[in-house]
Amino acid sequence: MHVTLPEIGTFEAWRDEARRLLVAGVPPEDITWSRGAPDADLFAAASPLPEPTAPAPTVPKAFVALARDAVWHSDTERFARLYGLLQAVIRDRRVLDDRGDPRVDRLEKMAKEVRRDKHKMTAFVRFREIGDPEASRRRFAAWFEPSHFIAEPTASFFAKRFGDMDWTIFTPQLTVHFEAGEIAFAPGVDKPPLPADATEDLWRTYFRNIFNPARLMVKAMQSEMPKKYWKNLPEAELIPELVSTARARAREMAEALPTLPPVRAGRITERLMAEVPETRDDYETALDGCRRCPLWQDATQAVPGEGPRDAALMIVGEQPGDREDLTGKPFVGPAGQLLDRVAGEAGIDRKAAFVTNAVKHFKFTPRGKRRLHQNPNAHEIQQCKWWLDIERELVKPKLIVAMGGTALESLTGSRKGILKRRGKIEQAEDGTPILVTVHPSYILRIPDHLREAETARFRADLERARAFLEQKAA
Amino acid sequence: MAKRTLEEKLAILSDAAKYDASCASSGGAKRDSRDGKGLGSVTGSGICHAYAPDGRCISLLKILMTNFCIYDCAYCVNRVSSNVERARFSPEEVVHLTLEFYRRNYIEGLFLSSGIVKSPDDTMADMVRIAKTLRQEHSFCGYIHLKTIPDADPKLVEEAGLWADRLSINVELPTDTAVRTFAPEKKPEQIRKAMADVRVLKESRDDESFTGKRPPKFAPAGQSTQMIVGADGATDATILGSATRLYAAYKLKRVYYSAFSPIPDASSALPLIKPPLMREHRLYQADWLLRFYDFGLDELTASTTGGNLDLDVDPKLAWAIQNRHRFPVEVNRADRETLLRVPGFGTKTVKRILATRRHRSVRYEDLTRMGANLRHAKPFISLLDWTPRGLLDLSDLRARFAPPPEQLSLI
Repeated sequence: MHVTLPEIGTFEAWRDEARRLLVAGVPPEDITWSRGAPDADLFAAASPLPEPTAPAPTVPKAFVALARDAVWHSDTERFARLYGLLQAVIRDRRVLDDRGDPRVDRLEKMAKEVRRDKHKMTAFVRFREIGDPEASRRRFAAWFEPSHFIAEPTASFFAKRFGDMDWTIFTPQLTVHFEAGEIAFAPGVDKPPLPADATEDLWRTYFRNIFNPARLMVKAMQSEMPKKYWKNLPEAELIPELVSTARARAREMAEALPTLPPVRAGRITERLMAEVPETRDDYETALDGCRRCPLWQDATQAVPGEGPRDAALMIVGEQPGDREDLTGKPFVGPAGQLLDRVAGEAGIDRKAAFVTNAVKHFKFTPRGKRRLHQNPNAHEIQQCKWWLDIERELVKPKLIVAMGGTALESLTGSRKGILKRRGKIEQAEDGTPILVTVHPSYILRIPDHLREAETARFRADLERARAFLEQKAA
Repeated sequence: MAKRTLEEKLAILSDAAKYDASCASSGGAKRDSRDGKGLGSVTGSGICHAYAPDGRCISLLKILMTNFCIYDCAYCVNRVSSNVERARFSPEEVVHLTLEFYRRNYIEGLFLSSGIVKSPDDTMADMVRIAKTLRQEHSFCGYIHLKTIPDADPKLVEEAGLWADRLSINVELPTDTAVRTFAPEKKPEQIRKAMADVRVLKESRDDESFTGKRPPKFAPAGQSTQMIVGADGATDATILGSATRLYAAYKLKRVYYSAFSPIPDASSALPLIKPPLMREHRLYQADWLLRFYDFGLDELTASTTGGNLDLDVDPKLAWAIQNRHRFPVEVNRADRETLLRVPGFGTKTVKRILATRRHRSVRYEDLTRMGANLRHAKPFISLLDWTPRGLLDLSDLRARFAPPPEQLSLI
């Protein structure tokens, strides 16, 4: 039995025939396939089989995807191979997963070659303008020589990309027209003469100048842009000259003696260096340039405290986290949101407090796409105390809430026994009262069933701070 | 100065742009002009429309708006103290070139960068205007990549992200010290802050609001950066360390490594070298191992010599040769992570092995069809019908993979 498939709509035709043959139970070795205009006397009998009465068995999506590509390959065996694999897939659909199976391997390779050819077509078609540049729909045309029968399945790419213009792509096997938004196919032609297009000169200028002669790698170019495509690429005619002069041009650059800078350069650089653009707070500017410990190297920025400079309450945490490091503001991440909520419940307006950290730069280790928090060490805490002391001097708070071990260590010299000390008021060296509590990120880390109780204790600590301040004010 | 033609400007301003390695056009938001109301499409994966003889892909029209620049970065062809020819495109000219090139299928879109003229804000504002004109007046759906000026007003960066698919800011050199030395006007902390801003802006717009409406996308193809390799003394370990931090901190899509290349009218402050292309290649391979093969930075740096990757063999092979106790790997039993460690096995090969293994044992001869490079893999694997025997213990294992020693040339 012989099946002839049409040149346009080949995939759908193959699928329909394969379905009929499958239902009729025709084994692969009984069929020969071809594509093209069938002989005149056979024309009437497009299909040698009647419409199937039973529904065709279903096949995995992956097979349809494979067939959709492989069917356009130039190998004359492709239809038969696909039909053979189709029967194998019906028997055992797992065969498709087996890349070691020679039948699957051969068709996957064909499909890959077709995909590559389609991709190269989307890359290497070069349109020339053939109509009036002022027309509302401009008109372009191109000549392309693919290795497989890919003009039809690639047409939709061009229709989606060049929606507002009319165009024609001529190939030896098929011509694709796109007019007023409609795709139409016509038989292939010999290479037509297309009028010159001045923009090609600009394109060649670009190609010549974007090339870096000091990095000549001809093989890398050819593996991606094989010579078979060159004859239809306007820029390719420059390649021999660019390659042959590259080494001399690179040598010339290397051997050239340094020149004197133009006069204006000195003036511009001088003016630029004299500018003092920053008008930030002295303290914040100085903090930005802090090199007292190495944490600055990996962080985005130092995060200064935030809040009124005459706040009665100062809240000290550990160090900025990921969000704080990105935005330059303290307590904007998950721990900050928890602090805001619980403080509000305890009757404290966070905006009225001065909120800061014991350490001003984010300490982390990168792990894949995330930065993992690391505890600052004693040296880093000690070095950064300098800045916390300046903030305390600026704000002169009536009470400091120390959240977590790092803040406690910085403010009192020791973090020992924090859970026993929490909720109590201690004194800093200068006599400032310090209320000890845990860090909100601790509450976020503990198991779910403990969180509610811990949050309540944290709230109680903050209520204590509010009561203390109210008592002081009274 | 006589007025330059468009062609002369294009020659100068593409020549000035070629030291930026990126030409990627992937990852943009999918869209097209099938309805006939505009021009262009983005399919998600980019297309390389041509290749220059330097092996680099030409996907975008990569140009500078102007190569006038008030900065004096020693490595840069456009630095203020250089005597190269200068030119400046008008915004209309950039728009015209982009659209006309695009209509002829030469490019996927525009990659616009610029020297700093007048001020960072003025320069950035002009770049944003070009992108906006393309999108709004010409309904251009192609790809746009804008190089952000780090000192520009964050508001301009925010607007740039609405028109562009990708934003990028170059960190330029692997360490802050090197940036201060060779790019005295650039501030590394300012560059980091700008990248942080882009990440925060992107994330705030990617989140769905409670009404379920999505705000307009911000730079859907994300941000990238570039480091010049070989201009300063940084080792590969330092470079990869910087890259790892950048990926984690700013969610970069890519870090590009650009071998320091000779430029016309070079600065005496930075002597020219032959561009270290193999080093650049090895860094990309290592970058891939870190991002797609579950390698840790410490593992890769442990197999370097003096902090630099082996130039003769690829970093995975170098790691495997130094960690032979972890091999041979049983191809039919090992988990995905272990298979990914085998030299000559890529992510696709591993996927195929795992898929096949569900139904039957994999044989040695299957591996070629599955895309494995058996020349690299065979000492490190065992299967029913293959064992490496003494191969793995050979003292000259590395020498079997390294290219033969070249005779030293006289110059």
